[in-house]
Amino acid sequence: MFEHTAAAAKMTTRQLAVRYGDKPALKGVDLDIPAGDVTALIGPSGCGKSTFLRCLNRMNDTIAGATVSGKATLDGEQIYGPGGIDPVLLRARVGMVFQRPNPFPKSIYDNVAFGPRLHRLAREGEEMDAVVRSALERAGLWDEVNDRLEEKGTGISGGQQQRLCIARAIAVEPEVILMDEPCSALDPIATARIEELIDELRQSYTIVIVTHSMQQAARVSQFTAFFHLGEIVEVGATEKIFTAPANALTQGYITGRFG
Amino acid sequence: MPHIVKSFDAELAKLEDALSRMGGLAEAQLDAAIRALEKRDSELAARVVSDDAQVDACETFIGEQAIKVLALRAPVANDLRTVVSALKVAGEIERIADLAANGAKRSLVLSQLPALKPMHSVIRLGRLAQEMVKDGLDAYLGRDAERALAVRERDQELDDVYSSLFREILTYMMEDPRTITPCSHLMFIAKNLERIGDHATNISELTYFRVTGAAVTGERPKKDNSSFVGTESE
Ligand SMILES: Nc1ncnc2c1ncn2[C@@H]1O[C@H](COP(=O)(O)OP(=O)(O)OP(=O)(O)O)[C@@H](O)[C@H]1O
Ligand SMILES: [Mg+2]
Repeated sequence: MFEHTAAAAKMTTRQLAVRYGDKPALKGVDLDIPAGDVTALIGPSGCGKSTFLRCLNRMNDTIAGATVSGKATLDGEQIYGPGGIDPVLLRARVGMVFQRPNPFPKSIYDNVAFGPRLHRLAREGEEMDAVVRSALERAGLWDEVNDRLEEKGTGISGGQQQRLCIARAIAVEPEVILMDEPCSALDPIATARIEELIDELRQSYTIVIVTHSMQQAARVSQFTAFFHLGEIVEVGATEKIFTAPANALTQGYITGRFG
Repeated sequence: MPHIVKSFDAELAKLEDALSRMGGLAEAQLDAAIRALEKRDSELAARVVSDDAQVDACETFIGEQAIKVLALRAPVANDLRTVVSALKVAGEIERIADLAANGAKRSLVLSQLPALKPMHSVIRLGRLAQEMVKDGLDAYLGRDAERALAVRERDQELDDVYSSLFREILTYMMEDPRTITPCSHLMFIAKNLERIGDHATNISELTYFRVTGAAVTGERPKKDNSSFVGTESE
């Protein structure tokens, strides 16, 4: 009945735990993130979804007081510990899109070119132009902004800004894209565009998305993990989770009985 | 556990109440149809025929209510299964009541003609079907998967009674061709009752799905074998 089975894991976590000061936020999470699929993370506010997401590209390192323990891998390589992937490189391979569109106060062009410049992926001029154009095209934004690439990235609509942020994330050719509630500030049409984009992007990338919209999780993901109080309660094919979840807590949450 | 949004529970309760009412109506229709047949009560039979519209109205209401809940609440998990199975169960109940009304229509003709001996067996078949419907609906409304499976098991018994009844009526017609008209009606009534058992079985399977989220596995009970009568050498 549930046809979708996981491909090889692109990323894994084992006993991944995070504390802020002495307050535990994640309590030993084991998760396999399948390659080339969209994995949705759902759960009540404060359950640790964003914390978990930030572990996947070491964004927690930048938060004072945050300590991470346990293991995480990307293509089998350790992310933490001595011999772990260099964090700057890691963030190029595992990109992130945030809840509020956060373009830099620079031109649309410079927003997209930022990563490729940082990682010296393309030379200025024609080569960079092509990288910018390709990223904007894949983010479904090229047709709307190609005649105003020099205008400020902050001067376009919220939905366009979010697609600009996605263009910025994919311009460095990441392998994984993390999205933390990418549509929460968008109207239904802009949301639908992003969801369509996610569906297209999953041909080339592995995507992990945090969302508070059960319908969005159901629409865009192939796998869903339900977090509660810093732990994963249930993970499985999205179709299974939304038609016949195995765990009573999962069912209670997705049907709007608690949370 | 109730929903945080109380009106969601109220909408689901409306659906459940309507199903319960519809099920009760269909059971009463079936009971009246069997009594009308047994007692040769034309007045009662006529009432069954005209009351069928009430069951249809229930189905329409449940259809509208289910679509409303789907559109406005986007139910998932057990809520989704509740709404989808309510739609389907309403369809099954509508068929049950329709078959009962059809039987009542035929019993209007039968009560104008001389009584037939196989009638007793048809009544027995009717009581069996009636029990299956009652237990099937009770299991659904009580969300009792075990009881639903037990109902499903009983379908074979009904099929067996029907098959032997088929032969009995056939023999009766062969012995006295003047009974062919009433016997044909009786045969159709018997077939209706057998099919009512199938609908009760479907309700049981929907109950199982609603409660567990899984389809019933394992062989569906064997069907009646009356379709082979005449092919074997006797
Ligand atoms: N920078 C921080 N400093 C201290 N505590 C934090 C910090 N960030 C998160 N927390 C705490 O860690 C826990 C998990 O927070 P997190 O942001 O991961 O939850 P979340 O599931 O993303 O919630 P939401 O759905 O509201 O975004 C919460 O109890 C939160 O208060
Ligand atoms: Mg968060």
